[in-house]
Amino acid sequence: MQVTVNGESLGLAEGTTLGQLLAQRDNEPRTVAVERNGAIVPRDAYGATAIMDGDTIEIVHFVGGG
Amino acid sequence: MSTGTKDPFVIAGVTIASRLFIGTGKYGSDALIPAVAEASGASVITVAMRRVDKGGKGVMGHIPSRLRLLPNTSGARTAEEALRLARLARAAGCGDWIKIEVISDTRYLLPDGYGTAKAVELMVKDGFVPLPYINPDLYVARDCVAAGAAAVMPLGAPIGTNRGLQTREMLAILIEEMEVPVVVDAGLGRPSQACEAMEMGADACLVNTAIATASDPVAMAGAFRDAVIAGRTAWLAGPGGVKERGEAADPSSPLTGFLGSPAPGAAAGGA
Amino acid sequence: MERFVDVLAEWPRERILACVEAAGPGDVRGALNAELPGPALFAAMLSDAADPLLEEMAQCAHALRLQYFGRSVQLFSPLYVSDHCTNQCRYCGFNARNKLHRRHLSVEEAVEEAGAIAAMGIGHILLLTGDHRRMSPPSYIADIARAIKPDFPSVGVEVYSMTEEEYGGLVEAGVDSMTMFQETYSPDRYEYLHPAGPKRDYAFRLEAPERAARGGMRSLGIGALLGLQEFALDAFATGLHAWWLQKRFPGVEVSVSVPRLRPHEGEFLSPHGVDDRRFVRYIAALRCFLPRVGITCSTREAADMRDHIVPIGVTRVSAGVSTAVGGRRVKGEGVGQFEIADHRGVAQMEEAMGRLGYQTVSKDWESPEATAMAS
Repeated sequence: MQVTVNGESLGLAEGTTLGQLLAQRDNEPRTVAVERNGAIVPRDAYGATAIMDGDTIEIVHFVGGG
Repeated sequence: MSTGTKDPFVIAGVTIASRLFIGTGKYGSDALIPAVAEASGASVITVAMRRVDKGGKGVMGHIPSRLRLLPNTSGARTAEEALRLARLARAAGCGDWIKIEVISDTRYLLPDGYGTAKAVELMVKDGFVPLPYINPDLYVARDCVAAGAAAVMPLGAPIGTNRGLQTREMLAILIEEMEVPVVVDAGLGRPSQACEAMEMGADACLVNTAIATASDPVAMAGAFRDAVIAGRTAWLAGPGGVKERGEAADPSSPLTGFLGSPAPGAAAGGA
Repeated sequence: MERFVDVLAEWPRERILACVEAAGPGDVRGALNAELPGPALFAAMLSDAADPLLEEMAQCAHALRLQYFGRSVQLFSPLYVSDHCTNQCRYCGFNARNKLHRRHLSVEEAVEEAGAIAAMGIGHILLLTGDHRRMSPPSYIADIARAIKPDFPSVGVEVYSMTEEEYGGLVEAGVDSMTMFQETYSPDRYEYLHPAGPKRDYAFRLEAPERAARGGMRSLGIGALLGLQEFALDAFATGLHAWWLQKRFPGVEVSVSVPRLRPHEGEFLSPHGVDDRRFVRYIAALRCFLPRVGITCSTREAADMRDHIVPIGVTRVSAGVSTAVGGRRVKGEGVGQFEIADHRGVAQMEEAMGRLGYQTVSKDWESPEATAMAS
């Protein structure tokens, strides 16, 4: 299936969960926030959230700022 | 580190030990942040929110856990975008405090007053504690407070310019009129400028660029810490000030000569 | 804060007195040097420690007066339309127990009298009545305001306390300013001084200016009648009230009147008389504390005093005054609310102010609606 992650198109295996996507990207789940199709996904739901074909995923975290 | 329990600094019911807020942007190495935080004595630190790259670690690993995080909404061009960033920050475990930045002018990076006040309104409805970054404009500040801002963060000069208190007269008006804390943000380039803002009666200062871009950020953080404490202490002490208001004094034309002399004993005055 | 009563509650008698008594010359100098002195420094300027520094304070006040108001003095004239009163204020000539022939002007008579005031060249008129809701209801005051509005750029009222809706009704009738003297800010002293009548309600009177502002009044005047209790207490509370009104209603013009108790019909001797030095100290302190506030001085003060306090801070004075009801064009009666100490008419006042280097202004604002109506 094809999804968009942080603006980039990406092919993923059917049934991939958000938790698996974060692990693939080497992103620490405790330091990020995730939006799926514009809605925030609670942190404890990453493992149970299956990504669907055509989903738009945003993964953000904190960086330096003033 | 603070002037103590006699002079508590409170935002939205939370007592904050230090009147110096620091940022986490523009450092040569994020690894400096723990030492800067220590030297500054700060208890509030700002962070921004961005998309994560693969393997991206972000700044959180460098922030000592004793500090209260104040995520900003930098990058937001509208009130709605600011709200979205705030929600993400909360989901990432940053709590309810948000420094609102709504900026659609990329040349000067000056805040949009109308969009900012609107963002405050949206965020209060969503349970946030907003601290809006604003031009020191009395009307914008009033709109923000009316919408529920917990403090206002007026700029001293355009962001990143290190030019000091260019907006001095307007800041003085906000300091006089606001019933919420006034945190001078942006433009403070030197400790003496932060000190001056505090002497004027500002409740706190936020300093990022001036510390992050100093040759020795840790030493500069200490200098800002001392400056903010000195300025606050001076303000509490009630500065004697320079003779300005009475300058029209002209001994040859007294205004009260018609009254006769002071009553005997009146000069004793009091303590 | 949303209500003045909450602000005042933070300044009980003991706190004000402690502030005043602890003040020394250093605090007074600090107040003169402060960019924006707060309430505590205002208290210092009211203290006796300020007496030796009175000239310095006056110079500072004078500089601020010129900075914010220039060399202009606004003229106004009062029009007493009824002296029927249901109150028994112990210090007032209109006290219901005082035996006097009362006079109540009809709307037509009031218009006649107002015409005489307009003919003197006065643009700001202040309508006054005794406190008698049945004889002088809000509709009566509104009728007079509506009838005289074409002749006056500004119509003010100094009448009994009203509700927000009633003030709104006056605004619709063309009234743009209201004056309400709290007389004294001490609830105990207030209760003693007002033994009977609707004015006994201290809280309702205290919040009248707030209600008027919410009702759309463009300009508010407040004041304590100096001499009813210890000088510093009422002087401080009055300044605090004006300070808060300016903060809470930034769109409204706030002014303070500085009446001192004078002899009148009836027998009330003030136990707290305010001497001239304290009186001038009060005006200088008000000007230094609140540079933008208007300060009004009535003809309770003599010509010589009025001439001297205009440069120090007074921005508004009355001229061509009668405190009795009627007597200009229609049959007059009554003895007046207080004894006038400055009998100068408009021309004499203009001339006197001119000699001091000040220009009188008989009109400084006109609502666009009024202009439209006139054209």
